[in-house]
Amino acid sequence: MGKYIVRRILQMIPVVLGATFIIFAMVFALPGDPTAGKCGDRPCSPEYVAAFREEHNLNDPLPVQYGKYLGKFVQGDLGTNYYGIPVKEDLAKRYTITGRLALMAIVFEIVIGILAGVLAGVRKGRFIDNLVTVSTLFVISIPVFVIGVLLQYQFGIKWGLVPATVPSLEAPTSSLILPAFVLGSISIAYVARLTRTNLVENLRADYVRTAVAKGLTKRRAVGVHTLRNSLIPVVTYIGADFGGLLGGAIVTERIFNIQGVGGYIWKGINSRDGVAVVSTVTVLVIVYLLVNLLVDLLYGVLDPRISHE
Amino acid sequence: MSEPIAAGFSPGATDDVDEARSLSQDAWRSLRKSTMFWVSVGLIGVFVLMAIWPSLFTQTDPTFGDINNVRAKPNADAWFGTDTQGYDIFARTIYGARASIIVGLAASLTTLLLGGVIGVLAGFYGGWLDALFSRVTDIFYAIPLILGGILFMASFPNGANSNYFVVVGKVVLVLTVFGWTTIARLMRSSVLQVKPNEYVLAARALGASPWRIIKSHILPNALAPAIVVATINLGVFIVVEATLSFLGIGLTPPAISWGVAISDALVAVRTYPHILLFPSLFLSLAVLAFILLGDAVRDAFDPKSR
Amino acid sequence: MRGTTRTVAVAGISAAALLLAGCGGGGNEDNGDTTTGTAAKTGGAITVRGCNPENPLVAGNTSETCGGNVLDIVTAKLVEYNVETAAPENDIAESIETTDNQTFTVKLKKDYKFHDGTVVKAKNFVDAWNYTAYGPNAQQGSYFFEPIEGYADLQSEDPDGAEGPVKAPEPKAKEMTGLKVVDDTTFTIKTAEKVSNLPVRLGYTAFAPQPDAFFADPKTFGDKPIGAGPYKLDAWTKNAEIKLTKFADYSGKTKGNLDTITFKIYQDSNAAYADVQANQLDVTDEVPASAQIDEKYKTDLPDRNLQKPVGVIQTITTAPAKVDPNYGPEIRKAISMAINREAIIKAIFNGTREPATGWVSPVVDGYKADVCGEFCKFDPAKAKEQLAKAGGFKGGKMTLSYNADASHKEWTEATCNSIKQALGVDCVATPVVDFSTFRTQIGEGKMKGMFRTGWQMDYPSIENFLAPLYGTGASSNDSEYSNPDFDAKLKEAAAATDAAESNKLYQEAEAIIAKDMVTIPLWYSTTTMGWSDKVTNVKVTPFGVPDYASISLK
Repeated sequence: MGKYIVRRILQMIPVVLGATFIIFAMVFALPGDPTAGKCGDRPCSPEYVAAFREEHNLNDPLPVQYGKYLGKFVQGDLGTNYYGIPVKEDLAKRYTITGRLALMAIVFEIVIGILAGVLAGVRKGRFIDNLVTVSTLFVISIPVFVIGVLLQYQFGIKWGLVPATVPSLEAPTSSLILPAFVLGSISIAYVARLTRTNLVENLRADYVRTAVAKGLTKRRAVGVHTLRNSLIPVVTYIGADFGGLLGGAIVTERIFNIQGVGGYIWKGINSRDGVAVVSTVTVLVIVYLLVNLLVDLLYGVLDPRISHE
Repeated sequence: MSEPIAAGFSPGATDDVDEARSLSQDAWRSLRKSTMFWVSVGLIGVFVLMAIWPSLFTQTDPTFGDINNVRAKPNADAWFGTDTQGYDIFARTIYGARASIIVGLAASLTTLLLGGVIGVLAGFYGGWLDALFSRVTDIFYAIPLILGGILFMASFPNGANSNYFVVVGKVVLVLTVFGWTTIARLMRSSVLQVKPNEYVLAARALGASPWRIIKSHILPNALAPAIVVATINLGVFIVVEATLSFLGIGLTPPAISWGVAISDALVAVRTYPHILLFPSLFLSLAVLAFILLGDAVRDAFDPKSR
Repeated sequence: MRGTTRTVAVAGISAAALLLAGCGGGGNEDNGDTTTGTAAKTGGAITVRGCNPENPLVAGNTSETCGGNVLDIVTAKLVEYNVETAAPENDIAESIETTDNQTFTVKLKKDYKFHDGTVVKAKNFVDAWNYTAYGPNAQQGSYFFEPIEGYADLQSEDPDGAEGPVKAPEPKAKEMTGLKVVDDTTFTIKTAEKVSNLPVRLGYTAFAPQPDAFFADPKTFGDKPIGAGPYKLDAWTKNAEIKLTKFADYSGKTKGNLDTITFKIYQDSNAAYADVQANQLDVTDEVPASAQIDEKYKTDLPDRNLQKPVGVIQTITTAPAKVDPNYGPEIRKAISMAINREAIIKAIFNGTREPATGWVSPVVDGYKADVCGEFCKFDPAKAKEQLAKAGGFKGGKMTLSYNADASHKEWTEATCNSIKQALGVDCVATPVVDFSTFRTQIGEGKMKGMFRTGWQMDYPSIENFLAPLYGTGASSNDSEYSNPDFDAKLKEAAAATDAAESNKLYQEAEAIIAKDMVTIPLWYSTTTMGWSDKVTNVKVTPFGVPDYASISLK
């Protein structure tokens, strides 16, 4: 087990290096000059530009910049953004917001998604099954930004049930409920469908039939034997989805004005703030890979047939 | 955003893909009986028609903005009303289909090709090639599709005079670059499953060239799941295109796109929500059509679900 | 974001006090607010919308609003601008005198103090100005000192460009010869050429004095600047808020009413607006477009909103002839007549703009209406005729470029539609990904066709709408216009000692611009503000900035 984890982590290194290099190269290629917006509607003076470029290593060729960046990164220094604020400080604040948002979205996925899936699976072919199938289909078809805008309009503006936008940097948890639901909406639908499919499949399996034949109640058969097996792919899905949630947050955070990681990346791209973008994405990729590793380990716990020896 | 598909596609499905021909015949037989399939085909047919001959549906010029008649509610002249520029929303919505359909179809095809080639080569040859391709796949897999799309489109923005196909082609390119990994992984595992079979070993022993083995023995057996995923991806790519356009960096004028229309309508959502409604509706319907198709095709190819 | 970054941050803290007869800040006098007639309460704390300053808060190095709005009330300058009329009035200056528009003698009031307790002396001005002007210090406000004698000696040319390996040589001098300290309260300014409106310019933030503490450590100073203004900076929490408290020893006439003003930093005007609606923020100086449709903000914030014209003009500039030869003066006239300004303002801006009839904002002294004449009136038939007369458009299709990171898409598209329908020439509104790229393309001469330009005045003078934009080689002359007649007129106007005479000459210069249709004037801007039901006395300066010092609690 320990060996397995070490191997996986070692494998992550080239992936992280490769992914950050691709991102670094794209950010490097961003057209425009980061200083051009610094001086209002006027071009900055050549002296100002020169000082700025010097300070942020912008005169080096790409590999050198990347090397310098990596050197600092390994020491835990994520650099400073163009506002002179350490990216680490910014990220710490913003990850607590986006992290909360993503976790809440996952809670929605687990509670609503699995519940709907189980209900539909157990009552296959009945009304509730059709309802779940049809409604998930609709949710999957509507792009997140459309759902977000429509719900924001209905709940936030028309009915005034929740704040339409998330106020400032503190982002109280109550104001994140709607955005988290929006962020997770499509995944909720996928989780429900996945749970249903697997449950239906497993309910037909021989071991369940045997259990029922031996006199087990259906509730027990579903609860103890089938559900656990049916949830394995669901767990994988949710794990894989976590990274997607962090990325998809760009859209949701933009709609609800949440000062999270997604908004930070968007702003960083717009102000040509290479260090901010690369650092944020790098952390994101690492988090994503770690969550995937965690999921694989969980796999072994849930399904004894899989061993990591 | 492409993750859902990989997981949504039951991993065990390939176990049964032993006799390809009969399976695809089987699949077709079950497809024919599926209402879902025909509904989706019908819808897609309508959208494709819109993409090819929009003038069949509307005579109004979608680029004529009447500044003195903006934000009109739906009426007899303008069925869906007019937007902030005074454009006819119905005409804009019809013409908007083209971009979505082209992007969806083209990107699905290119990812299938790129992912397929890399997956097959990695799975078939194994060794250092497999190791290399797998790491490259991992690297691209680790960058979320939307994020990669945003960065790429921001790095290589459209120029002042880019023509329609360059603008659309760029979106297809970015979806290909960041969207091929699911297919590649799937192809590789399919190939690995097929490779040890006796008939492949026999063909090798008889000295068949690698290309021949891939073509006549590996592909027919490994292609089915990839096609299923590619079909489902169609809907995903349309959504991503709309999202990029919504963010202002996907398709840009003169291209007319649902994503752009939705983003433009946002400002008036509090006062004139109908401007937002119609492009959202069409976009969702188009995605729905492709998802239905994907579902139907998957069910057809997956005997277990029957 | 970028879109709101204005030309230049603005000066002039308010002078509510000017309206009021000698408001001592004791809270007992009438505050002069004629609309309500209630006495302004002093004390209390409010929050106002702020945004992230692009640079450390150094007066000479800030030329965008996010930092500029804060610095405005933290610093005091020689003059300040009347909140209603924008007329300059002495602040730290006791008097600014000149006989020839070239040598100015500045006398200071004796009792002004910096927030750290030191007295404001003549050398604080001279040292600060020399620091800002000195090239290697790379201060953004440097160009403001260009008229002063000896400025050129403080600059040096980098022999191989900014990206080359060779560093620029040290400039010849560190101090401008035009600045001389006479005694603690007197100094003289000598300009290289005659400048009639120098005193008007001195209210700009870049002309603020700096305390000795600044020169000791300019680097860290920007995190907690020290000025002589009515409010002092207490704490700046990056990305979150900037907290200002009232400066007890402030001796100017624009004493603030409130004890604390906190700038809460927002990324987005929608969020700030929603917070004002919910009474979680007290003042926002931006009402988002979504709330302006059908004047929704007037029902959202009844009696808590205000709209006022500000010194901003929007124009369309065409690429210089060497970059794109298809947009000659006569073609520009045709385009101008093809733009239905009224309808676009109504449909897109909900009436929050004023159709432009010239190149100078109506809020400044010297404004003359209708300089543009028939060429700024929408007339599709005449426009077409004019285009034919000019030989037709030869470039195929027209493009109107804008930066896509701010809300310019709608009006550029509507403008293009208007041109297209009137002239029968295809016109495409073309986004450029963001402001920096947009400006870079213009600066490097890669931008073809038409592109949007806007100008926010630095100081309220007709000169500021002409010289920096159309003078030969001027800093913001994007069309690279060069006309010796125009330059001569500017020079003549700058030399005129009589204000009325000077304005008249500037108006003649503007007429030359009209003849050549150098840029296409579109509209003058207004600013819209909203506030919570906690506060009152919210006023707007002609720069479009809330007059923070006069705001009070109900």
